[in-house]
Amino acid sequence: MQLTPEKHDVVKVNTAGRRSFVVALFGLSGAAVSALLAIPLVRFVTYPLRKNAAGTTWSDVGPVEDFASLTAPVAKTITLERRDAWQSTSSQTAVYVLPSKAGQFRILSPICPHLGCSVRWVGDEKKFVCPCHSGSFTADGERIAGPPPRSMDALESKVENGVLKVRYQYFRQLVPNKEVMA
Amino acid sequence: MSMTNKIAPDPPARSGLGTRFVRWLDQRTGIDSLLHESLDEPIPGGAKWAYIFGSGLLFLFVSQVITGVFLALYYVPSADHAHTVVSYIVKEVTSGSFVRSIHAYGSSGIIILLLLHIGQTILYGSYKGRRELLWLSGCILLALMLGMAFTGYLLPWDEKAYFASAVGTNLIAEVPWIGPPLQQLVRGGDQMGTLTVSRFYVLHVFVLPALLIGFIAAHVFFFRKAGAAGPIKEDPLHPKLPSVPFYPRQVVMDACFAVVLIGILAIIAKTIPMDLGPAANPADTHFLPRPEWYYRPAFQWLKYLSGRWSLIGGILLPALLALIFAAAPFLDRRLERRPWRRPISVGAFLFFLIAYTSLGVASYRDDYRDPGVAAQMRQQDADARAFMQKPFVPEAAAGSVSAALVSADPKVLKGQALFQAQSCSSCHGDGGMGTAAAGPLTGVGQKYTDPQLVTLLHAPDSKMTNGGMQPVDLKQDDLEALAAYLRQLR
Repeated sequence: MQLTPEKHDVVKVNTAGRRSFVVALFGLSGAAVSALLAIPLVRFVTYPLRKNAAGTTWSDVGPVEDFASLTAPVAKTITLERRDAWQSTSSQTAVYVLPSKAGQFRILSPICPHLGCSVRWVGDEKKFVCPCHSGSFTADGERIAGPPPRSMDALESKVENGVLKVRYQYFRQLVPNKEVMA
Repeated sequence: MSMTNKIAPDPPARSGLGTRFVRWLDQRTGIDSLLHESLDEPIPGGAKWAYIFGSGLLFLFVSQVITGVFLALYYVPSADHAHTVVSYIVKEVTSGSFVRSIHAYGSSGIIILLLLHIGQTILYGSYKGRRELLWLSGCILLALMLGMAFTGYLLPWDEKAYFASAVGTNLIAEVPWIGPPLQQLVRGGDQMGTLTVSRFYVLHVFVLPALLIGFIAAHVFFFRKAGAAGPIKEDPLHPKLPSVPFYPRQVVMDACFAVVLIGILAIIAKTIPMDLGPAANPADTHFLPRPEWYYRPAFQWLKYLSGRWSLIGGILLPALLALIFAAAPFLDRRLERRPWRRPISVGAFLFFLIAYTSLGVASYRDDYRDPGVAAQMRQQDADARAFMQKPFVPEAAAGSVSAALVSADPKVLKGQALFQAQSCSSCHGDGGMGTAAAGPLTGVGQKYTDPQLVTLLHAPDSKMTNGGMQPVDLKQDDLEALAAYLRQLR
């Protein structure tokens, strides 16, 4: 199949100097197109890589003054916001805020490290008791007795603009050390 | 192209790695002769800036394909997500606004280049001399490109996209006999909706691009078969001027033009990013739909027509014009190419161009002169700018608290709080979706009555306890609230 019509006296002009000029010109135009298009496209496609690194989600627990004069652990319901790209899922869960020690707050996950039941604060006995298999913990969440393999799990917390915040996480059950679940 | 199966002896090891690789590749692909075939195309009379529009179109098409594929990384073709994802692209994703702007302005660029390419072809009479199929494939490419512009316009699903496409698809109903069912087919129903988005998406992303690639290949093939027509004095069948190969001069001109094109697009995309208006609201009765600038003249033309004239002027006349346009190389069969010797074809094209431009100008002028319309148009622009300024608001996923809170009754809300506070969700999952630890609770409301649910919660049966379920130790009204919450899980 011949696409080029024949019987043309093709004038060939190909000197070495002109060829290197043409090659340089193509290099330049290639670079220009890459700079204008390829770089934004690479940044566009790799956006999730940069986004996830900073993806720490903090939930509001409440104003600090509400917890300043606590004498016993108190359960607070927090709202968890989970972002999945352009969607957000919010759910609610409970955490225990412990009385502050020298201005430092400790927040505990209510999930029993044994099998994941909700641990309850029993004010009369001044201890946490799991209703499922009677695991018990001190007012600081330290394990006292029962099947739980470790103490109650502390959650990361911070105070920002007078608001106590917590970073809620789930931890693996039935293991002696605290392990974050992915 | 001739393929020889003769195996050349291996080159001496002295030659450079690059040369050896090229030879290795050529022996297996014949790339060298392919390259020569495409680069040594003879151009009678040599390279000219007037010939750059075709390759400029090809370049912009490739740019549209690339940016389009990248945009598809984040796009969802559904009426309830489309606007959110486009605003996510524009407001959150790095370079998202830039990539979208290049794509959106690229479509305008293609329309402009199409006009220049067609204008050059008509002015130079380069459709003459056994070039009917070249011309016809070009006509189909023009129609496909207009289809791409129309289908792509709807996809952001903002106010202007929605209403412009609603008007555009309303025109289909004017087609004699098959109009209404055809309109339903295009929209996927009586009204614009989520099926319209998926239909336009499929056309824009799969069907039309596939056809475009096929017809571009045909167009290039017919072009190479007929050969470049050369300057206006050249014989279109038997060129007499000495020819110069496509490479390097014409390639250099084409490359420069490509850089200029992407440069202009990048400057516009950076300085005036393509805006995104508020989400489409079909109930909005104030919105004045206006198509993109290249459809404005057609839009204005339809304003002058009413009654039976809308069928004649809106459907039959454009169809007739398109037919005459496509038939140009069959109607104008002389080999004369100098424009001043072809007053009818060149004059008809110029007349169409002037009429089309005047209609467009009239459309903008009408909007500008009517104070009510002008105020509404300004308001729409201001709304779009205001929406662009607002931070991105993620869409609440189905089953999340904030989505459910809107309508739920207090008992269900209390039940939901209990569901989470009792850590039911740590085994049964958020919203009772189920996890590896325990099955889903969705649909239990259909299986059990409220008293049965309360009993099962208070005293789980053996199958449940074997799976690790614990009795729920709560007061009666709390248990009832929990049952009410479970009832509405679906």
